[in-house]
Amino acid sequence: MKAKRDDDISRTEPRESRYIKLKDRLTITWFLLPAIALFLIFLVYPIIQSIYYSLFDWKGFGPAVDFIGLGHYIRILTDKIFLKAIGNNLIIVVLSLAIQLPIALMLALVVGRKLRGRGFFRTVFFMPYILSEVITAIMWMFLYNADPDRGFINAIITLIPGLEARAWLGELNLVLPAIFVVLTWKYFGFHMLIYMAGLQNIPTEVEEAALIDGANKRQLITHVTLPLLGGTIRTSVYLSVLGSLQVFALVWIMTKGGPVNASELMSTYMYRFSFIRFELGYGSAVAIVMLIIALIFSLTYRRILARPDYLA
Amino acid sequence: MKKILIYSLITVFTFSMLLIGTSCDKAGEAEEEVTEAVTEAVVEEVEEEEEEEEEEEEPVKFTFWHIQTVAEQALLWHDLADEFMAEKPYVNVDITGYENENFKAKLTTVMQGGEPPDMFQSWGGGTMIEYAEAGLLRDITSFMEEDNWASDTFTTGLSAFKYQDNYYGVPRDMGIVGFWYNTDLFNQAGADIPTTWAELLATCQTLKDAGITPIAIGEGDKWPGAFYWEYLATRIAGEEGFNAAYSRTGSFADESFVEAGEALADLVAINPFQSGFLSALWEADASVAFANGDAAMILQGQWGAGQFESVNADIMDKLGWFPFPEVEGGAGGPYDAIGGGNGFVIGKDAPDEAVEFLKYISSVDSQIKQVELGMAMPVVKGAEVAIEKETDKLIAEGLSKAEYYQLYYDQFFPGAVGSVINDSIQGIFAGTLTPEQCAQAIEDAVAQEMD
Repeated sequence: MKAKRDDDISRTEPRESRYIKLKDRLTITWFLLPAIALFLIFLVYPIIQSIYYSLFDWKGFGPAVDFIGLGHYIRILTDKIFLKAIGNNLIIVVLSLAIQLPIALMLALVVGRKLRGRGFFRTVFFMPYILSEVITAIMWMFLYNADPDRGFINAIITLIPGLEARAWLGELNLVLPAIFVVLTWKYFGFHMLIYMAGLQNIPTEVEEAALIDGANKRQLITHVTLPLLGGTIRTSVYLSVLGSLQVFALVWIMTKGGPVNASELMSTYMYRFSFIRFELGYGSAVAIVMLIIALIFSLTYRRILARPDYLA
Repeated sequence: MKKILIYSLITVFTFSMLLIGTSCDKAGEAEEEVTEAVTEAVVEEVEEEEEEEEEEEEPVKFTFWHIQTVAEQALLWHDLADEFMAEKPYVNVDITGYENENFKAKLTTVMQGGEPPDMFQSWGGGTMIEYAEAGLLRDITSFMEEDNWASDTFTTGLSAFKYQDNYYGVPRDMGIVGFWYNTDLFNQAGADIPTTWAELLATCQTLKDAGITPIAIGEGDKWPGAFYWEYLATRIAGEEGFNAAYSRTGSFADESFVEAGEALADLVAINPFQSGFLSALWEADASVAFANGDAAMILQGQWGAGQFESVNADIMDKLGWFPFPEVEGGAGGPYDAIGGGNGFVIGKDAPDEAVEFLKYISSVDSQIKQVELGMAMPVVKGAEVAIEKETDKLIAEGLSKAEYYQLYYDQFFPGAVGSVINDSIQGIFAGTLTPEQCAQAIEDAVAQEMD
């Protein structure tokens, strides 16, 4: 098809082709205009505005007048709590990649195949993803309640001799793992769905051929299915890392980044300074730093890892 | 083909996003419509009657945000608004009630957007001053000079709403923070009411030995724990120490403020709190634990009783109150108090009617109802007669005896400092900050803001 169309164009008169091109361009511009307008108004403009405010010591009320240059950025990069927040974000990234995605992949391999009642399992696994973050957070706060009379998890645990009720969200070293459990519960279904879509794109002939050549189930998965899923896995890793860097609502509702910054993330840190400590200038600077971190990851990842499959 | 599919998908998504945007607005409107429909019905009725009088006034509408979540208390505002609207049929009061923490979050966003509600909850102090400085509040001094409004209000309460000789709002409630306790649990453990900090530690131990959780606290909210440090600082540093640090001749990192942190660390070391206290919330967890008899004490403001009663009315028979204990060798007097109260301020674009409504709900009658509902300690002369509960009498007595009355630090200071104070004190509760580090963090925040 493509070759034929190229032929057509080469045969037409130059002037006419230019005319068509111009007409095409006009059409393209018209179609792109709404998207570009939305993009500029809701994305580019706020970013520029944030950069502007990040250079001021500004409380968020009235005009910004107290110019301090890059002072906020220096403070951010030397603030122990922000560094801790980055650390917590990285912990969530690593745990997501090491635990959440493999679980999702395993489940996709199981329920993506012939299995009785797979439709039922798919629905059940995907259900947490449909719930809103607020509802998820509040539901898990009930489950995690420190009082065994009120919290389901502690009620179960205290039935087992030798185990004591724990304050899952109130202990400094438990709170982050507790939050990670909720994140995994909520998002593994989404990644499972991505993997299932990837699996559908693998032609059954390839796998049949491997089986005929004498590959066992394990070899089939490690040598045929997984390599062919490469692109899908890379997409899912990409989404998972970016998602982990942006977690907010769930954590803010459950712990507000506490106790004492134990579950502080970059986003909760930004919110605290912008809307609780009334340092919107500083909060804007934090937002810009977050943007830069996500952008650096995004660009390097695409450059280094997101090569097409046939080059891998 | 594929591309067409993708593009049509994108278009559908874009449109659906836009639709979501508009339908959200509609959902918000629907809620308003319910309240509006009720008020409009009243307005229309009276308007018909008024047509005979020929003089028709322009309809006026203003917004009113409060934080009363107990049903009877919220209903009082609606009743008062209905009365007010019946008197002035052209007025429409749009009332919204928020939960405390949600209110603070919501208010911050509208304030940063430069569009304050017309009349809203405030604790006065530093946060209010920030709003006033930014020109977000309306000066109501001229209204307050009429009909003895200002002079009929107790000065301790009113001073929190004053900035540079101007008033931006009025209090409706003024009290002090103290220990609420469960008399049954105290008797059961044979514990005495502590009058000194050392005795309080001993009482906690006695209660623990009897298998009772001594203290409930909602430290996830942070301000309930800050009360401890602030009270200890008031007892140890005293009025002079605080004023020196505040006027920057002294420092919040001075020895007496470190000692306050050390005294608090002594209490934390006994572990007298309910499990999970670091993430517990005042309304959802701590007040429930105390009202259900799962903990013997709780340090809270005058609004405590109303909240406990709404959780479990049985607690009222065994509810006691004692003032924050003295600290041996401290510079502060035994009756010096940390306290504050609730009030309302007026937004910059509010109509005169909003100020008139504020005056209307500040009447002695309204005050008496508020006292009866357990939502206020009176601030208007003549309303004291309504104080009947034994615990309320103790708080009123504590308030009248206080020679030095300090507004809660997180409201006294601007938001940036108040939040650092609350965050740092939580560090002592969690054991992640030493008393020195906590005092230094507070000093740094104050220095950055004030110097």
